[in-house]
Amino acid sequence: MYQLLKQIVKVGIKTEARPLADESMRVLAGRLNDEVLRLLGRALTIRHVDPGSCNGCELEIHALNNPYYNLEGLGIKFVASPRHADMLLVTGPVAKNMEQALRRTYAATPEPKLVVAIGDCGCSGGVFGENYACRGAVANVLPVDVTVPGCPPTPTAIMQGILTAISGKAGTKA
Amino acid sequence: MEISAQPVPGAVPAWRKQVDAERWRTLAEQLLSAGSRLGALWASDERDRGGGYLLRALYVIFEGLLIAELRVDPALATYPDLSDLFACAGRMQRAAFDLCGMRAVSISGEIPDVRPWLRHGAWPADAHPLHREHALSQPHPQTEERYAFVPVEGEGVHEIAVGPVHAGIIEPGHFRFSVVGERVLRLEQRLGYKHKGIEKRFESLSLAEGIRLAGRVSGDSTVAYAWAYAMALEGMAGTTPPARALYLRALFLERERIANHLGDLGSLGNDGGLAFGLAQFSRLKEDMLRTNAALFGHRYLMDRVVPGGVAADIGDSESAAILAEGERLRTELRTLRAIYYNHAGLQDRCITCGRLTPRTAATLGVVGLVARASGHAIDLRVHPGHPPYGELQPEIASHRNGDVAARIVVRFEEAFESLKLQRRILHRLPTGPIAASVCTPDEAAFGIGWIEGWRGEVFVALEAGPNGAIRRCHPHDPSWQNWPALEHAIIGNIVPDFPLVNKSFSLSYAGQDL
Repeated sequence: MYQLLKQIVKVGIKTEARPLADESMRVLAGRLNDEVLRLLGRALTIRHVDPGSCNGCELEIHALNNPYYNLEGLGIKFVASPRHADMLLVTGPVAKNMEQALRRTYAATPEPKLVVAIGDCGCSGGVFGENYACRGAVANVLPVDVTVPGCPPTPTAIMQGILTAISGKAGTKA
Repeated sequence: MEISAQPVPGAVPAWRKQVDAERWRTLAEQLLSAGSRLGALWASDERDRGGGYLLRALYVIFEGLLIAELRVDPALATYPDLSDLFACAGRMQRAAFDLCGMRAVSISGEIPDVRPWLRHGAWPADAHPLHREHALSQPHPQTEERYAFVPVEGEGVHEIAVGPVHAGIIEPGHFRFSVVGERVLRLEQRLGYKHKGIEKRFESLSLAEGIRLAGRVSGDSTVAYAWAYAMALEGMAGTTPPARALYLRALFLERERIANHLGDLGSLGNDGGLAFGLAQFSRLKEDMLRTNAALFGHRYLMDRVVPGGVAADIGDSESAAILAEGERLRTELRTLRAIYYNHAGLQDRCITCGRLTPRTAATLGVVGLVARASGHAIDLRVHPGHPPYGELQPEIASHRNGDVAARIVVRFEEAFESLKLQRRILHRLPTGPIAASVCTPDEAAFGIGWIEGWRGEVFVALEAGPNGAIRRCHPHDPSWQNWPALEHAIIGNIVPDFPLVNKSFSLSYAGQDL
């Protein structure tokens, strides 16, 4: 126990300042009024759904909760059920084998159901594109509020995407 | 080694051998009794060349790789089943039927398992995407398909269905537990949810473009896949990458191994109730990823391995920075290892939990770190090896217990070993160019790549079409072999231990769903 506490003290606090929202990531604007956004921004819950990624984006979503980015420190946390979620964070192209599961997850999410598509594949289908087994971009299946390009996008970019979805005006408040 | 086999040119020792249906089976029996493993099994459509269907089985033999090739008459579209000899063949044979329409038939004339594996209703049972006449984007109506899980009956037995969408930040798959109380009697997996037509997609790309897709078959193993693809292509083209490029590839591969092991060690601490571990290891992993981004231009080193060499070089100051980072990491890992090994709560969760015995591991043909934690000291970097590993002299980490604790020990030992290899690479880094030009291989040239990724061995089998196009590319993930072993390791454990056991295997869904 002594060694463990010593390590915690030695490492100290690593958390860095959060990035600002980025309006260029927004696809659908003006869906929610500022009051709702203000409330969400203080306690946002996210359900991650992977309908076909290469698992690269998952690595970066995991990184959001490392001590440097400390997403949970902003009051934003990942939840185990879509019924508890304000936002769906969707990675990868949508494999047809996952289309129904993705639609059901969306249906189970209470309004306002923000959807953020992560990665080049989520934005456009990426290197996989559309084919007999793949629907391509998330927007081909669900209405998408914000897209975060990158292969994979950095944790900072994903945070920006999340913050953009819950910010009223460009770069102002979260 | 069979005398009639023809060598496959390339960096790893490999041979191809054409067999008939009878020999397909007797060869498998012989290889099994000689202690060989089945590495991969895949099908191709050769009807446009008058060759019917072509089935390949890749065996890992003592000398290297032996690829058995069987021509299958499209009118019959059947071949002798291998799943009674090599258990891991079962799912690969089902996938080969879904994609190419050939059935494995047992000696008694039965189809061992008629259930589809990758096909969930996105295309009809009589359509086979890898057939030449099937277009990449051919539309099919989506149908609802019922999947017959094996029922377990008895007093007090009930089922728990989990997935495909799981309760964490992980990939999709379905787990069907049959339990009594909290104890697991049986686990049955259903995978294939992420199938996105990767093998067919390869056929629309050129050999030069394919490496980008290969690096995204399983993103956490991007270096391993890209290197395996490059190795296959270079073998076909007769290119030998410069020594510096090979050393830098090994540097990337070892850094990928360390980063993934750090991530898993953190998650294993967290799943074992020690959140401290997640915070510490995820910090160390992030430090490494940032170094990767600063020095090589990508946090996970995607697209840094290119045909003929690498796309990123380092100078003396970068080399010194990596060595200094390695020293810091080694010190931190020693501290954290002592904390993990002396933490009674964590050890209580991990010791004897999710045990995969050496015998079961052998029967299932398990590979990679899971095999090494179950008493099988197999590591391609050591034997048969390929450049530059012969000069780097890696040592195998292994353990006999086969439980979660053993898989943690192997990860720690491999991380230390990779740090040692990283030092050797940087101290001995040859001078010279970082890439050689790769000429266009002849049509029908065949190449094979084989790399020991952090999870286990990755294969890429590649065939050239006309004018530098890809005719066929089959990437194989070690998860094909290791997923069925998880079904065995969980038997008799309690349901709440499943996340811990699953994480200790840390398998890829994307890599096996293709």
